[in-house]
Amino acid sequence: MTVVERREIALVDLLDRLLAGGVVITGDVTLRIADVDLVRIDLNALISSVNRNVPSPFGD
Amino acid sequence: MTGLRYVYAVCRPFDTPLQAQLGGVAGDPPRLLPHGDLVAVVSHVPEADFGEEALRAHLEDLDWLTATARAHQQVVDALTAVTTPLPLRLATVFRDDSGVRVMLEERESAFRRTLDRLEGRVEWGVKVYVEPERTEQADSERSAAPAEPEQRPVSGRDYLRRRRRQSRANEDLWSRAEEFATGLHRTLSGRADDARLHAPQNPRLSGAEGRNVLNAAYLVGRDASEEFVEMVDRTKDDAPGIRVELTGPWAAYSFAGEQEGTEEGAGKKAGEDS
Repeated sequence: MTVVERREIALVDLLDRLLAGGVVITGDVTLRIADVDLVRIDLNALISSVNRNVPSPFGD
Repeated sequence: MTGLRYVYAVCRPFDTPLQAQLGGVAGDPPRLLPHGDLVAVVSHVPEADFGEEALRAHLEDLDWLTATARAHQQVVDALTAVTTPLPLRLATVFRDDSGVRVMLEERESAFRRTLDRLEGRVEWGVKVYVEPERTEQADSERSAAPAEPEQRPVSGRDYLRRRRRQSRANEDLWSRAEEFATGLHRTLSGRADDARLHAPQNPRLSGAEGRNVLNAAYLVGRDASEEFVEMVDRTKDDAPGIRVELTGPWAAYSFAGEQEGTEEGAGKKAGEDS
């Protein structure tokens, strides 16, 4: 087993924190949390369309 | 028209200047907006991109989302170098400075409580992956009798036997991985001030090899971080077929909510806000 310390931050690690973490404040411009969760889902779809070469179906 | 205000984080006032060449979201270098004994870190962003409709559309654009997320992180990271910021969720946008001030005022006591709780602490991310495709290799390394390493199956029966062995090896690996991840999480939680479990990452999103079985975040004092990292590092020899990844130090994104000591997914904390 190896412990990998990456210099470049992976986008997923970033989104785990920026879309699911951080203080949630209803700003003047409101994106409801449901919308943001939706973004996550759409993002999944988006990436799967980008990675068409990967054969296996969706894991989750 | 000076645009909308994008807020990255809330901090206590700090003296050290921010690193000079910070781009900021939408290319607007971050500015400090002090109010009372709190400071909001903001950029001016165009309504055409950060108004409600536009923002919703943009968030589904992976390139835009990537650039914005990285710019956001870059600013929060720079803040982390000089203070302990309380990061806000991506795309928290206000009409103008006074909207930001009102927000700071309304939430002052909650911000102060959370800032006190996070003071001097950073977040470390630890992920555990299982790599079943490596089982055979790992297995033959461990096995006392690496009898038929690379040979093709000689018969149907031979093939089935190998398949069975492979599937047993995988099952064994899964249960070891689960045990390993649980043990590691327990150990690291014991060394951290707080812990959160994120949902395991989809390999198609992460592009990472193997299956993500633990995706955790730990809140650790800066002065205890070296020891924490060493502890993660020491797990490296523990288990074949299992990989541990460490990320950080992050600002305490996963601990910015007000609930303490729970280990629900960070997304669940959203409900406390209204």
